[in-house]
Amino acid sequence: MNIFRFVGVDSGAGARLLLASLLLALPAPALAVLGDNAASVLTDQARMKGTLRSVDNRTYVMHEITAPTGTVVREFVSPAGAVFGVAWEGQFPPDMQQLLGPYYQQAQQARQETSSAQQQRQRRAPIAIETPGLVMYQTGHMRNFHGQAYIPQLVPQGVQSSDIR
Amino acid sequence: MRKLGILLVLGSLGLMVACGGGSSSSGGAGNTSTIASVTAACSPSTVLSGQTSQCSATVSGTGNFSSAVTWSTNAGQISSSGLLTAPIVSGNESITVTATSTQDSSMSGTATDTVTPIALANNVAPLIVDAGPNGLSPPDVDVPFVTITICVPGTQTCQTIDHVEVDTGSSGLRVVSSVLTIPLPQQNLDECLVFADGYVWGPVATATITVAGETTVSSVPVQIMIPASTSPPVPTSCSSQSPPGGNGNEGVSVDAFGANALIGVGLFQQDCGPDCITSPAPDFYYDCSSVCTPTTVALAQQVANPVSVFAADNNGVLIQFPSVPDGGSLTASGFLIFGIGTESNNTLGSSVVYPVPDTGNNAGNFTTIFNSTSYPGSFIDSGSNGLFFLTAQTTGIATCPAPAGNQWYCPTTSPDNLTAVNQGSNGQSGPTTHFSIENANNLFNTNNTAFSTLGGPNRGSFDWGLSFFFGRNIFTAIENMSAPGGTTPYFAYNLP
Repeated sequence: MNIFRFVGVDSGAGARLLLASLLLALPAPALAVLGDNAASVLTDQARMKGTLRSVDNRTYVMHEITAPTGTVVREFVSPAGAVFGVAWEGQFPPDMQQLLGPYYQQAQQARQETSSAQQQRQRRAPIAIETPGLVMYQTGHMRNFHGQAYIPQLVPQGVQSSDIR
Repeated sequence: MRKLGILLVLGSLGLMVACGGGSSSSGGAGNTSTIASVTAACSPSTVLSGQTSQCSATVSGTGNFSSAVTWSTNAGQISSSGLLTAPIVSGNESITVTATSTQDSSMSGTATDTVTPIALANNVAPLIVDAGPNGLSPPDVDVPFVTITICVPGTQTCQTIDHVEVDTGSSGLRVVSSVLTIPLPQQNLDECLVFADGYVWGPVATATITVAGETTVSSVPVQIMIPASTSPPVPTSCSSQSPPGGNGNEGVSVDAFGANALIGVGLFQQDCGPDCITSPAPDFYYDCSSVCTPTTVALAQQVANPVSVFAADNNGVLIQFPSVPDGGSLTASGFLIFGIGTESNNTLGSSVVYPVPDTGNNAGNFTTIFNSTSYPGSFIDSGSNGLFFLTAQTTGIATCPAPAGNQWYCPTTSPDNLTAVNQGSNGQSGPTTHFSIENANNLFNTNNTAFSTLGGPNRGSFDWGLSFFFGRNIFTAIENMSAPGGTTPYFAYNLP
């Protein structure tokens, strides 16, 4: 969970500034983040009224937003500029609809398909969704939530899904 | 026990010979055999809750018939050798034990046992794992229920509520609004409570709460969970925290909730705690006097863990269930015992303590070590209905085909026997913990509601849910309370 383990090339203040200006140069994004372009990271930061920290890991850039409530959201951007994964942790879950955008509905549908009328028993447990187009997990309990979501097709080569956390 | 069965069967053969045969064997070939009758009896025929009675079967037949029987019971548990463990009852109850011939499943015999209640200590409430509130469909699985009484503070206006889910993974009492028959006074406060797989919404009210012989010393804030059609409507900032693919707004009805209420007896004294005291208020408590807006709330006004407000036995809980055999059992009976080390019935004994952080990004979690890898976000939770851990990829355990689907594990070798080691935040590891996973499609293809071997995926951590509780003493010690075994909060459990 220690973010410093991601550090390949530590992006200092200069690098962050560069990145920020790069992000600002992009067109105004929709509210959605997952699957969106890198500019949507700033939208999320604004929405969460959070502080932003970015780490360049060569195969991807991780942007970490810390909300005033302590909830941490990490957004993983590929060299192609796509947000291929998000992860979160904290006492309070993040705004999932904002974070997952259109994938929120996709995840909802995926669950409805697996829990068809013939499903005999209800799972009362952490969330586990694995579909070809979206993988999402959330675990935890009162005062502690951890989760990740990613789009397998957008994960850059050389990046493990376990890196998204 | 085996010997007893064989002796009885021999006795019946002798009877057959003395009577000169009985029913003729069909077919006439020398190796054909038929079962003529199966009778069953249990001794003693009257037992106390939780006590055992040995049942035996007498199988009569012709030819070289098999005397083997399989045992089943409509309440409590029965072993393959016919040892009946009586359920926990509050009044006299008759239970029926059935012995079915393995050679001819159309032949069976029954015995009736009377189960009488035992006088439980002041701090002990019976627990039952069953299909849930009347008529619930599909039936609940691995959900522990208790019966509680709530009262309008300062009055004798009270209501007893059964099928209240016991949850060590949360804190506070939450009641489905349609269940309530008494007018609990409401504060001008509403709450959005998000679980790992859904959320509930509704006003905060106050009540005095009694469970077994324990009563809260004062009125306690509780939550009333309301339907979406009821005012105030759910704020978007609440519903948007609900994870997709979960149960959404699950407090809207008894059917949706799978219980009449939920009593959170977890690690924390309040549901939100210090993070709801200071600005900016998280999207947790809301002031809905006009448009619902997040608001800060002092600890004393937050929905509280009722146990921490009991006059005595208030430093935690012990949950005690007998073991459940592979394949599960129809129901399971256990105890919710209040206090840790406060009475002779709640001592830690041989249980190992696993301290957990009170705050921070691993609040309430310990580390589970599995296949030499550490998973620091792991926890024990009676409100999770199975053993949820990692993924098919990391465990090599296949998820299920339909109908259970990929929410559950269906190992090809079933049961799949596994081990892990749990480690508290003090860095100390406990002994090796053994657990097993069985094919969930097979488990669900029964009427059973209690399973010790039910599992499913949960990436990156272990959620030791109710399956883990069978055959163990599991303690949950509340933060900022004094308890034997070290600094609270902690979990503790013994080897089965």
